[in-house]
Amino acid sequence: MEEIGKETGKEGGKPIIELIDVVKSFKQQKVLDRVSLTIREGTTMVIVGGSGQGKSVLLKHMLGLLKPDQGKVLVFGRDLARVSKGELKDVRKEYGVLFQNVALFDSMTVFDNVALPLRERTKLGENEIRAQVEEKLSMMDLEGTGEKYPAQLSGGMKKRVGLARALILNPRIVFFDEPTTGLDVSRSNEIYRLFYKTQTRLKYTAVIVSHDVPKIFKLADYVALVADGKIQECLTPEDFQLSENPAIKSFVKETMGPIYSSEEEEMGFYEADQR
Amino acid sequence: MMKYLEKIGDDFFYYLDQAGRMGIFLFHCLLGILKPPYKLGPTIRQIHFIGARSLFVILFTGAFTGMVLALQGYYALRKVGSEGFLGSAVGLSLIRELGPVLTALMVVGRAGSAICAEIGIMRNSEQIDALECMAIDPHKYLMAPKFIAGIISLPLLTFVFDVIGIFGGYLVGVGMFGVNEGAYFQGMYSSVEWRDIHMGIVKSLVFGLLIIWIAASKGYFLHFERSGGFGAEGVSRTTTNAVVLSSVTILVWNYLITAILL
Repeated sequence: MEEIGKETGKEGGKPIIELIDVVKSFKQQKVLDRVSLTIREGTTMVIVGGSGQGKSVLLKHMLGLLKPDQGKVLVFGRDLARVSKGELKDVRKEYGVLFQNVALFDSMTVFDNVALPLRERTKLGENEIRAQVEEKLSMMDLEGTGEKYPAQLSGGMKKRVGLARALILNPRIVFFDEPTTGLDVSRSNEIYRLFYKTQTRLKYTAVIVSHDVPKIFKLADYVALVADGKIQECLTPEDFQLSENPAIKSFVKETMGPIYSSEEEEMGFYEADQR
Repeated sequence: MMKYLEKIGDDFFYYLDQAGRMGIFLFHCLLGILKPPYKLGPTIRQIHFIGARSLFVILFTGAFTGMVLALQGYYALRKVGSEGFLGSAVGLSLIRELGPVLTALMVVGRAGSAICAEIGIMRNSEQIDALECMAIDPHKYLMAPKFIAGIISLPLLTFVFDVIGIFGGYLVGVGMFGVNEGAYFQGMYSSVEWRDIHMGIVKSLVFGLLIIWIAASKGYFLHFERSGGFGAEGVSRTTTNAVVLSSVTILVWNYLITAILL
């Protein structure tokens, strides 16, 4: 079995995604407040943060699904807030996305789901499409599932189909929105192994929104914490865990620390439970 | 008083916003129809869904509408001794008004609701976001085949409705009440003009466009619904709204087209 984990803090190539002073509000609530973040080509950026802190909103800005109220979202040097529909489509041709709930087309078979980008975006013949889809399904250990429908698959299998679809056109950037949500430990590890295997092979830049801390640190080159609508800091996983930034310390304590803040508190809960 | 005014202003901007969004949506969908590549498969599948699978309900409603028209028409015409005009009364009523309107209302109930729910569920489960992120235009990929199918299917279904309705009227008028068979068809032949048929065709084309436009856009913009578009309840509420709005719009446009073309 392949070992997960790699050397972190890779410098990477030129900036591929740059968020500059991005502000986004929904009605009166400011979700992103002057957020700036740079993601370099070939690296893995993990975005962490508590629920409702704006991780998914940040991701949606990078995907061009939301436009900022202020600031710039530069992808390949093009500002997604100001590009035309055609230019946005060109940018997205370099994207692969694994959604939190996978977003497979439930009325299509697994094969058709994975084949869709090839059918709609290339002029390949059906034989070539079949060969490529089967190759990706096999890469995801999904041989023999092509004729099944998403509803007939387990959660882990759906995620793998989603990953196969995201990677079918060999994108330059792959976005993962909570890739292991709803999966047990062994299925989560399976997804991480596949991520590691495919990234090593296809060399894509990865942006992962996750709260699977600390496991996700093994895959990250950089970790950015979103809290109170801001990127608190963007550091290597090692530096992140040792950071003195109060927001990071609090996040690390909450996610990696013990469940109870003291032995007395633990005993108190235990005794309450006995009663 | 201020609260009342605020509410009116809020409603006004909400509906203006919704109308603007739907207008832009229609523009993109029509553009999607014109933009290559042209794929026949999805359009044929939609014609099968909207058209062929509505056939049974159209046959059924068409037959009974023609029958009841003949029943009521015979009752009224007999009072003035003009039973011979039964054919023209049935034919004109069906071709100019009832055929296009009832066909459209049946398609709203059968296909319009299904389209709204399908697109709404796709919106809720991020399938439409997924399409956009794959650089696949949902207006072209999802909507254009539905629009083409609606515009093709409605006139064909209306034609079926009219023909079956005329034969339904024949069964009651000629078969039950003994109206002269020749008078039934001759009356229809001499009173129905090309402009009546033209009006029926125009109506069914417009209704086809309206049904798909309202159903698809309501589903597509489910997340903008003020009453909350998320979850199963949101989809069901939006589908109900789409059906009601489509039905009312059809009746309003029916009047407008009649007034313009008369």
